[in-house]
Amino acid sequence: MSLWEKFTSPERDKSMTHPIRSKYLFNYRRIWRTAVLLMGSVALLPLIIITVIDYKVTQNAIESEFLLRTTRIVSNNNRNISFFLTERKSALDYIVHANSFENLAHGDRLSTILIDLKKSFGGGFVDLGLINSSGVQSVYEGPYSLKDKDYHDQEWYRQAVQNGVNVSDVFLGYRNVPHIVIAIKKNMPDGSFFILRAAIDVAPFETLLSNLELAGNGDAFMINHEGILQTNSKFYGKVLDKLPLPVPQYSPKSNVLEGNTKEGKAVVIGYRFIDQSPFILMVVKDKRELMKPWFRTRIKLILFLIFSITVISGVILGTASYMVRKMKIADDRRLGTFHQAEYANKMASIGRLAASVAHEINNPLAIINEKAGLIKDLFVIKNQYAHDEKLMTLVDSILRSVKRTGTITKRLLSFARNLQASIEPVNLKETFQEVLGFMDKEAQFRQIDIILEIDEHIPVFESDRGKLQQIFLNLINNAFAAVNNSGRIEIKAKMEENGFISIVVADNGCGIPENDLKKIFEPFYSTKTGQGGTGLGLSITYNLTQEIGGKIRVVSELNKGTTFTISIPLEREK
Amino acid sequence: MENIKVLLVDDEAELVETLAERLVIRDIPADWATGAEEALYKADRNPYDIAVLDVKMPGISGIALKKLMEQKNPLMKFIFMTGHGSEADFKAGSIEAGSEYYLVKPVNIEDLIKKMNEVISVTGGE
Repeated sequence: MSLWEKFTSPERDKSMTHPIRSKYLFNYRRIWRTAVLLMGSVALLPLIIITVIDYKVTQNAIESEFLLRTTRIVSNNNRNISFFLTERKSALDYIVHANSFENLAHGDRLSTILIDLKKSFGGGFVDLGLINSSGVQSVYEGPYSLKDKDYHDQEWYRQAVQNGVNVSDVFLGYRNVPHIVIAIKKNMPDGSFFILRAAIDVAPFETLLSNLELAGNGDAFMINHEGILQTNSKFYGKVLDKLPLPVPQYSPKSNVLEGNTKEGKAVVIGYRFIDQSPFILMVVKDKRELMKPWFRTRIKLILFLIFSITVISGVILGTASYMVRKMKIADDRRLGTFHQAEYANKMASIGRLAASVAHEINNPLAIINEKAGLIKDLFVIKNQYAHDEKLMTLVDSILRSVKRTGTITKRLLSFARNLQASIEPVNLKETFQEVLGFMDKEAQFRQIDIILEIDEHIPVFESDRGKLQQIFLNLINNAFAAVNNSGRIEIKAKMEENGFISIVVADNGCGIPENDLKKIFEPFYSTKTGQGGTGLGLSITYNLTQEIGGKIRVVSELNKGTTFTISIPLEREK
Repeated sequence: MENIKVLLVDDEAELVETLAERLVIRDIPADWATGAEEALYKADRNPYDIAVLDVKMPGISGIALKKLMEQKNPLMKFIFMTGHGSEADFKAGSIEAGSEYYLVKPVNIEDLIKKMNEVISVTGGE
């Protein structure tokens, strides 16, 4: 059996179209299809549903996990930056409120404060300056020469005058270096005011943000509300460049959104508006990079699904095919037995009919026989009419016909008797002659040459004479069907050394194609379907041969002829 | 054979009548009967050596008739004939008469005489 046949429905042989089969047997293909469909849906559907659910759940879990992580990073750094600014703003506020303008402007006072601030706060403070109410920086302490510079038209100055305190965007200013300004206004008793201004270096922010370890090719930087970069970014430009991403809408909390860059790359953006400053902290990550672990999991999941489906389908197909094939074999056997019984019944009926016909004919025949015999006796023995030749011829003709009819009825009776199973002494030659007696007329008609060669050494043996007769009748019938007119049928029997009798029935007829040869002993296999063939003849012959302990084999060549060889044991199995 | 007396029994009168006549023509004394009662009646009055009985007859069968006749004349010999080929008849006839003394209708008169000779010669020594 081929691998293909192991996984498909058995059915596509021509026996399925046999009229008897299709009436009594199951439709194996439909059973196979239903079994595969049911088992498949019960086994595969839950697996596929579970896998799809698992796929979605895992994907969502991984996505929300990295969104959450991004939010956490943004929140943590917001605290650091807020604290940095608030700390410095508070220090300056304290200085302004603890000192008068004169005090601060006096001698090296501002220089001392700057040195102390640098010492206490580490990096950040670049310079300090005092600006009067007309916007001119009257006192300056720091590395640039910015004394007497006029700031009255600068935004941060206006904001400080208006709000009392201001943290500026990053800008270049007179010194042409990016920096932030923190300005604190102090009103004086005479109604005028002054502003303490400190320039803050952006380097600490850069250090803080660039040191972050970010997954997924992450980039952390700050922008202002107009989308201008306030620190250098790894991928999206230098400080004071315009950010090539949209500015997120205001939200009081840390937030995450997904978007695309101008190049179409999917990104995850975490952001936070830093309180009391013009800054927005942004963490931008490449979504594809973040999803990489998910892709690996996904491939495993898909491979698992494909593997499971293949294995389950294989098992289902294999099991269904195996079961249906077994069912077909059992079904064939069942139907074979059923039809054999039917055949035996039919033969028994024929036997009874033959016996009754023979009997009915026999009695009047016996009377004709005796009457004609008496006429002849009168002629011959009494010698009254012995000289009348014509009468003698007529009587002889009657007697010949009676004898002939008597032979036919005797044959019918013997045939009927033999249909009842019984073990009795069998003379092989006589049995063959009896069977051939039925075919005499046809053989004569079709000029078929029948050669009967039975080895004289074969003794009378015990066997089921009826079964033997049926076997021979079937084989000889087949031979008659196979040969053309003037064909030749040879029947030979001889003793084998192993105690078996070998009987050969050979014809020079049409032969059997090689494909059919393997199946001719299967029930319902007929090449004569539609021409009166039941496909049971050889199957029954096969079974009958087995029942008497024999074996049957066949050799055939197309258009040359067919030879059936039967071996039957001389000694019956006890 | 002339000193042998034969009784033929068959329900077909025409058959036994003709058969008896044919035997008589051949100088074998033969009577005939068409039923068991008639056969027993005739057997009471005549010392038959051989009875040729049809196996299947209405009423008392040939087999039963043989037993009744044997009671009257244990030396009597029997030949059966039958027109029916049923297994039961065949077996019964073969066992009762011995398969050699069993004839199937239509009976050839020469065969019948041969069988009668055989059945007599087997017991001739007694």
